[in-house]
Order: sequence, then structure tokens, then C-alpha cells
Amino acid sequence: MAAAGAAATDLEVVRGKRAALFFAAVAILLGLPLWWKTTETYRASLPYSEISGLNALQLRLMVPVSVVFTGESVPLDDQEKLPFTVVHEREIPLKYKMKIKCRFQKAYRKTLVYEEEALSMGSIQEAEAMLAESQEQAEGSLTVYVISEHSSLLPQDMMSYIGPKRTAVVRGIMHREAFNIIGHRVIQAVQAMSLTEDVLAAALADHLPEDKWSSDKRRPLKSSLGYEITFSLLNPDPKSHDVHWDIQGAVRRYVQPFLNALSVTGNFSVDSQILYYAVLGVNPRFDPASSSYYLAAHSLPHVINPVESRLGSSAASLYPVLNFLLYVPELAHSPLYIQDKDGAPVATNAFHSPRWGGIMVYNVDPKAYNASELPVRVEVDMVRVMEVFLAQLRLLFGIAQPQVPPKCLFSRPKGEGLMTWELDRLLWARSVENLATATTTLTSLAQLLGKISNIVIKDDVASEVYRAVAAVQKAAEELASGHLASAFAASQEAVTSSERAFFDPSLLHLLYFPDDQKFAIYIPLFLPMAVPILLSLVKIFLESRKSWKKPEKTD
Amino acid sequence: MAVTYSSTRRGVAVLAGLLLLSLGSVATSQFEEQAEQFFRSGHTNNWAVLVCTSRFWFNYRHVANTLSVYRSVKRLGIPDSHIVLMLADDMACNPRNPKPATVFSHKNMELNVYGDDVEVDYRSYEVTVENFLRVLTGRIPPSTPRSKRLLSDDRSNILIYMTGHGGNGFLKFQDSEEITNIELADAFEQMWQKRRYNELLFIIDTCQGASMYERFYSPNIMALASSQVGEDSLSHQPDPAIGVHLMDRYTFYVLEFLEEINPASQTNMNDLFQVCPKSLCVSTPGHRTDLFQRDPKNVLITDFFGSVRKVEITTETISLQPDLGVLESRDKEDWMDEELIESLKYAEQLPVAQIIHQKPKLKDWHPPGGFILGLWALIIMVFFKTYGIKHMKFIF
Repeated sequence: MAAAGAAATDLEVVRGKRAALFFAAVAILLGLPLWWKTTETYRASLPYSEISGLNALQLRLMVPVSVVFTGESVPLDDQEKLPFTVVHEREIPLKYKMKIKCRFQKAYRKTLVYEEEALSMGSIQEAEAMLAESQEQAEGSLTVYVISEHSSLLPQDMMSYIGPKRTAVVRGIMHREAFNIIGHRVIQAVQAMSLTEDVLAAALADHLPEDKWSSDKRRPLKSSLGYEITFSLLNPDPKSHDVHWDIQGAVRRYVQPFLNALSVTGNFSVDSQILYYAVLGVNPRFDPASSSYYLAAHSLPHVINPVESRLGSSAASLYPVLNFLLYVPELAHSPLYIQDKDGAPVATNAFHSPRWGGIMVYNVDPKAYNASELPVRVEVDMVRVMEVFLAQLRLLFGIAQPQVPPKCLFSRPKGEGLMTWELDRLLWARSVENLATATTTLTSLAQLLGKISNIVIKDDVASEVYRAVAAVQKAAEELASGHLASAFAASQEAVTSSERAFFDPSLLHLLYFPDDQKFAIYIPLFLPMAVPILLSLVKIFLESRKSWKKPEKTD
Repeated sequence: MAVTYSSTRRGVAVLAGLLLLSLGSVATSQFEEQAEQFFRSGHTNNWAVLVCTSRFWFNYRHVANTLSVYRSVKRLGIPDSHIVLMLADDMACNPRNPKPATVFSHKNMELNVYGDDVEVDYRSYEVTVENFLRVLTGRIPPSTPRSKRLLSDDRSNILIYMTGHGGNGFLKFQDSEEITNIELADAFEQMWQKRRYNELLFIIDTCQGASMYERFYSPNIMALASSQVGEDSLSHQPDPAIGVHLMDRYTFYVLEFLEEINPASQTNMNDLFQVCPKSLCVSTPGHRTDLFQRDPKNVLITDFFGSVRKVEITTETISLQPDLGVLESRDKEDWMDEELIESLKYAEQLPVAQIIHQKPKLKDWHPPGGFILGLWALIIMVFFKTYGIKHMKFIF
């Protein structure tokens, strides 16, 4: 009886042990991984290795140049060697993690018949007109014509000429080392028209830490998909001045062609407004010597803020806004001049602020006050105004004077106010800047995901990241092969995709739970279940250890 | 002989000394210029994010705090388009306000900080932790208007001012949720990774405010708090006519300090650290500058509270031809077409459904009040008395 009872309890004990072990097995092998998987944040896979590879990206900017030699520009035996290609590669020494190399691929060749004809014309303008009608050049490429040493196409003391379209003219030389010398002159001219170190330094100004304080002034607009340009007329004294300006006509005639030329770089929208009783925040001082009023240079920074709140630029659009203000001073403060640091009045009577816009002061002609009673009708001379505004627009976009080689005839921009190769320079700078921005955004995203562990990455965000990485690589390839237009388009796509991925609203990191709150949630759920299991496991383990030791003792 | 020798030597020494002095002064002035350049901040624009995290009438002082800082910041030059103001905005039109449409910050109703040009960007129930974090990190739904966005770039100096009720490591938002110091530190890190600020000044006026800036780890952040961990920030003075406290002490003294600043002043941050000593404030204000690269004595108050722009004189012009007769007629046609096309696009620009969509407010559950509890107790007692005491015999 006792034995049967003991056997029954033994069986129960064994069954109990097995049950406890099974519970523990299910809890640990099935439950723990299931709980871990269901409580982790969802992260779609991202190309982390490719993103870190972008940091070490080597950019090679290729400028295809065709160098065309006329009949008597170089010695005959040198002419026999044409056509061939010379490559001139140079690394740009910027302290930036992305290495940038400039590669000028010069294809030397002889002139064609019509080119020879054009270059034997009387003046350089006629030659250009003839050359321009026959060929259309791709963005980023340049053509340099080498004329003979004694040709009369250029004035005698000028060695080279840089034209408004993508052409330049350089004098040849009858010398043994003709090709080397001419090659050097060609490189000088071509660099002025395309890529120099300061163009790239200005483009990367925001990414280079050391230039933070020195490149204060030269701060062009950041690359963006579109821009909003607002022209405002400020009339603080409508009782004295009845100001009229034909802004629509002026924009159509002068600004629109300029913006059309720049249309590759983004969408532009232009609007205008007239503000009455809007005063500048600074009181002008009276200068008895010239009996006029003046604004000193150090008070100019305080002018903009009181006016800006009335401009309404915040309601316009999400694109960066450029404000151009035309201020007609009050009768009591007329005429008003702006003085520079040395106290001399500024010729243009205008100033601008980087990344904001420009202000011009328009003084009413004193003869208008003579015969008539107040208010005096003022017709603004839009040509004078637009000359200044377009110059400011160029400066704000970063289209600066290039480093012209010595003894070079340099043509002024005419027509649209923008030379074609200046647009190319802008596209080079913008492409490099876009690639730098996109790379920084993607790298920051990868770093953030490593640091903050509870950010969710959805699938569409992941696909944007893939698209951005592919676009950066494509842009780098296109730049290396010299296709500027497609490289710029790819770089813009890279920036839009990377910004869209980084600023996706779903990336808000889940609200943080401190450790004690996590314990407070999990302990009431897991502790009542875990304690019996653990205790029974411990008991089973101790018993089995005892049963192993027992046979050793009884021998 | 000896006398003349020594005098000539003295003369030579004096000459040498003068020469060295002049050279030294030239060199130091050059060095000073370079040094001055290094100490200047590299910012081009200023932003301000002012947050009041409380609602209800008895938290009048928090709204007055925030509006006073808003006024100072506007006076010193930051425009409304660069200020993101988050307020519960239930003070001015509160039925308990004896002077409707006003919010006063000094007793005897000296200064009405509400005025008529206050632009509140996030009001009432829009002031949530999620919206605040979205504003800081920029992860805003695309339909948000421009005035509700923080469109800063890597050359922006941002001032962030927060006030309300707080505790050790958290700040309470509108009595229903809270933001922890770790979330705030992570949000600043996200701003830094995307280079959304050049330098950041964080001011907080709550109880145990110093706990909120303990966890910051991103560079270029300077933080000020009104009290240390374990201390309470106290309010300044009640107004008998309005019936509530009008301002907090720390902000009151900060505002008195700011009243003396004008856009051209050269006062630096060390003076701001001295504002409101323990004798006036009862709590000990704290500050944190270890993450900031520049020395606080070189940081101007107007670097954060004001908005001074860099300007350049325009010296060049483009020569334009005064008249392009041939192109005019062609351009006119293009212009007419543009007008028509533009008027068609305008109507599609406003996705009204998205704009008016707001998260539905969750109704808060409050435990039943005294009257309801008493009523139910009465009902239950009557029920048990009628149908049998024996279950309740231990109670009666």
C-alpha cells in the first residue's frame, strides 16, 4: 500500500517536473522571442554601407573643351599633329571630406571652313555672330578659338577674349613649345569661365567649418527648388509724393528674361506691392555741407527689421523669398543718400543683405516740386531701378566677377544680364552644393538612427532613401562624364529625396519611456508568471544535482 | 665720461623701448582684429520659439511670462515671421478676467502685454508635446502654413523659452501630458544633425528647471533655468484686482534686465547670468555653458534676443538697354496667357480638408466628485437596507 502510494506520488512528481520544464521551455523559447519581436520598432532596411560610402565620394568635375586652331596660329609641324586630346586634371584644395578634382579635357582640332571664315572677319562681334548661328553648345562645355599672333580680330595688346556665349578666343604663337604655351593660356581662360577654387568654396561655404567667420559677406542663396521674388515700393509720405511705377512692364522687359535664363536652377515667381506710410526704422541725419540727409553705413543693419514685418513675405510661399524694396523718402528727409564706411555717398544709393534682398533709395527730382502743389506726381525711372535690382539679384545668387586672366578682353553681359557660362558656373556650384547637402542629410539620418533607438522607418521613407542614394551616385557619374545638365537634375533629385526622407512626419521619435516606467508596465505582467517557473526550475535543478551526487556517495 | 656713456645708453634704451612699443601695438591691433572676428557669432538670422505650457485661469502668470518675453524679442527686432509663439491663449477672453482682452504683467495694471498685434501661432489645444517636437525637428505635415514652421538654417540663432509647471526631469504640457528632458535633448540632437541652428539659447522658468537641461549633449547650446533640482520657482506678486499672480520672479527680473537693452547694445551673457540672485528670487538660477563653443562674455544679448543683419553696399550695376521694342508685343501675349493659367491654379492651392483636420481631443476622465459619490452611497445604502442587511452587517 505504501509502495503503491509512493509510486503514485513518484509518478506525480515526475509529471509535475515535466510540466514545469515544459512551461519554462514554452515561456523561454516561444514567449521571449515573440515578445521581443512584437515590441521592437519597425525599421525598413536602409543601405547603411552605401551611405557611409558616400562620405568618401570622390567628385570629378569634367569640363569638355574643344580647342580650335586656325591656319596660321601655330607652326606647321605642330599643325600636323592635330587632332588629339590633352587632359589637365587638378585637385581643388578644400578642407572638405569630399575630394573634388577638376578635369579639363581639351580636344585639339583644326578649324572647319565656316569657322575659318568667321574668324577672319573684321571685329570680334561679327565673328561671334557668325559662329553663334551655326552651333548650339551643351551646358558645361566650352570652345576656345586660337587665332594667329598678328590677327586683327582682337586689339593688339589683348591676348585673349571671353565672350558672352560659351566661346573664348586666344592668340596663338609661332614657337617650338607652341602647344604648351597655348595650352596654358587656354586653361587660364577656361578656368575663368568655369571652375575655380573660390566658386567651389562659396558653394560649400556652409559645409566648411573654418570659413565660418571669414566668408561672412559672400553668402549666396542656398540652392532650392524655387524662389519667390517680391518687389515693394515704400511710400512713407503719400501726402507729398504720388508715386507711380510701371513694375509689370519693367519685370516683363528686364527681370523676366534674366529669370528665364536662370529657369534651369528653379521655379521663380515674381510679385510686387506698394506700401504706404511705411517708414525706415532709422532716422536719417542732416548733412549741412551738401544740405541733404544721409544714412550712415553702421545704421543700415537696423533698417531692415522694422520694415520686414510689414512686407508680408511670410504668407507668400514655402520657397525662400527675396525682397527688393524701393524707398521714396519723405519730403522732410529729401534728398536721402546712403553713405559708405568712409562717409562718401554711394553711387547706386542701394544696399543689400545676403539671403534677404536689397533696398534702394529713390530721390525725387527737385525740379518736380517747382511748379505744382502737393502731392507731386512721381514717375519712377524703372531702367535705373532695375539696373540696380538686377545687379543685386546677381550678387545674391552668387554670380560674381570671375578671375579674368591678364590682358583679357572681357565682354559685359547684355540682353538678359547673364552670360551663358555664368549660368554654367552657377550650375557647377549648385550641383556640388546639392551633392554635399544630400550626403550630409543621408549621413545624419544614419547617425540619428544609430543614436536614438525608437524612431520608426516606414517603407516609403526607405524607398526615398534608396532613391536619394542612387541619385547621388548618378550625379557623380554624370559630373565625371561632363554632362552638366543631367548632373544638375540628378543632384536636385538627390536633395529633394533626402530632405523628404529626413523630414517625413512619421519619423518623430516615439515618446520616450524612462526605465522605471518600463519596469512598472512589465513587472505586473511577467513577475507572477515568471516566479513560479523560476522557482520550480531551481528546485528541479537542485534535486537532480542531489540525485547525481548520491550514487557517488554510496559506493 | 661715465655719465655721458650711461646717458647715451639710457637714450638708446628709451628709443628701443619706444620702437618695441609701437611695433607691439601694431601687432596687437592686428591680433585684436583677428581675435574679434573669431569671437563674433556667425549667424545671419534669428528665430524665437516661445512656449507656455499651462492653461486655466490660475496659471495667468505663465501666459504673462511668455507674452512679456515675446514683446521684448519683438522690440529688439525679431519679426513675427521668425517667432513661433505657443500659448493656451485662454486668459484674455476668460470669463474670470475682470479686464477682458488684456493680460497684464505688472501690478496696478501698468503694462498690457496682450496688445493688438500679438500673433499666436499655436493656440489652445494645439500646444502639445507632439506639435512642439514637430516644430523643433521640422517634421511637419505638408499642409502646415508657413507661420507655424521653424524655417531655420545652419546660420540661425534660436532662442527657446519655456515656462509652466515642471518637475525633476519633466515639464507638464496643458495638464495632460509631459515632455521629459531626454526627449528634449534628442530633439535638439536631431536639430543639430540637420544643422537647423547655429547656436541655441534655452531658457526655462519652471520648478526644478535645471533638470531639463541636464541631459543636453549637442554642441552650441547654452541653457538658463530659474531654479535648481529640488527647488521651486516662485511667483512674483499677486494683483488684488485681477486676483492671480501676474508673473514669475525669474522672468520678471529678466524682463527688467531686457528693458535696458536696445538693438545696438553690447551687454553680454555674463550679465544675464547674474540676473535674479537668491535674495530676490528665493530659488537659485542656474546655467549651463559647457556645450557652448564661445566664451559667454563674448556672446552679446542681441545675438539671441535681437536680430541684426549683415548688409553690404551695392557698388555695381548692370547696363540695360532702355527699350526692347521688338520683344514687347510677343511678351504681352505670354503675359496674358500666364494670368489665365495662374487664376486656375489658385483654387487648388488650399486643401481645405487637410487644413481644418485636427486630432480629436480625447476627453479626460476625472474621478467622480463629492456630490456624485454621496448620491451613489445613499442609493446603495437604501438598496441594501431594503433587500437585506446581513451582507452589510459589518459596516452598520
